[in-house]
Amino acid sequence: MVYLTRKAEFSASHFYHNPEFTPEENQRVFGKCNNPNGHGHNYTLEVTVKGAVDPKSGFVVDLKRLKDVMSREVLDAFDHRFLNKEVPEFLTTIPTTENLAIVIWQRLAPKLKAAQLHRVRVYETPELFVDVYGEDAHGEA
Amino acid sequence: MKAHLTRRYMFSASHRLHSDEMSEEENRATYGKCDNPYGHGHNYMVEITVSGPVDSQTGMVCDLIDLDGFAHTQVLERFDHQNLNLCPEFVNQVPTTENLCIAIYEIVKRGFKKAHLERIRVEETMMNSFEYSGESGR
Repeated sequence: MVYLTRKAEFSASHFYHNPEFTPEENQRVFGKCNNPNGHGHNYTLEVTVKGAVDPKSGFVVDLKRLKDVMSREVLDAFDHRFLNKEVPEFLTTIPTTENLAIVIWQRLAPKLKAAQLHRVRVYETPELFVDVYGEDAHGEA
Repeated sequence: MKAHLTRRYMFSASHRLHSDEMSEEENRATYGKCDNPYGHGHNYMVEITVSGPVDSQTGMVCDLIDLDGFAHTQVLERFDHQNLNLCPEFVNQVPTTENLCIAIYEIVKRGFKKAHLERIRVEETMMNSFEYSGESGR
């Protein structure tokens, strides 16, 4: 089994707000991230796939195809967007880095045929990143 | 879906790698220039990884303010600008980055209850780093 990681960057804006919370609760839980005018980040995405090395091509996966899937499913939808208003998943889900990683997993996993998705890592800043491995909350894959 | 959240922190500290159980020659052979009796220092990068279900109301594994607050008061204030050899954690053990990594893991595991501790990773320099996930870790 070989693991292959491809990186990409996108820039987007977001804010954190739960309509079920009072304004005071939103402010307490989300702090300055609750500013409704939004703020932005340069996100770095790392997509790791795993698989056997094809004896003919020497590849785990065709990198061009992986890049195309990442571009179509993630970058075209997220880059230079206001996540809360322009990405369908975040009309009803708060675009935290945790939820970004989960949504990216859900977008990519069904589209990757040749290699199996192993990990999605999203850096919001160099000091903060989230990993998902497709496990549910109880640790099942 | 379960998510793993990692936060990076930096602190600066000095240490000397020296074991009282070894002779001077053994210390020199084992620790080389790290055995310099005057000590030396590093900028340590600490990564704390916690995991858990993403809360449906907040979209978070845990509140970063809680994690940052714990890391600052319990880890960074304890070690930043200190001589590690004089810290209580290293009275009876050599402050290698392996032992530092385990000590930070134990501090976070014991004191931080807002999310499951997955792993501690410490970079001593850009060229070396250490990870500890507990005795049952992967």
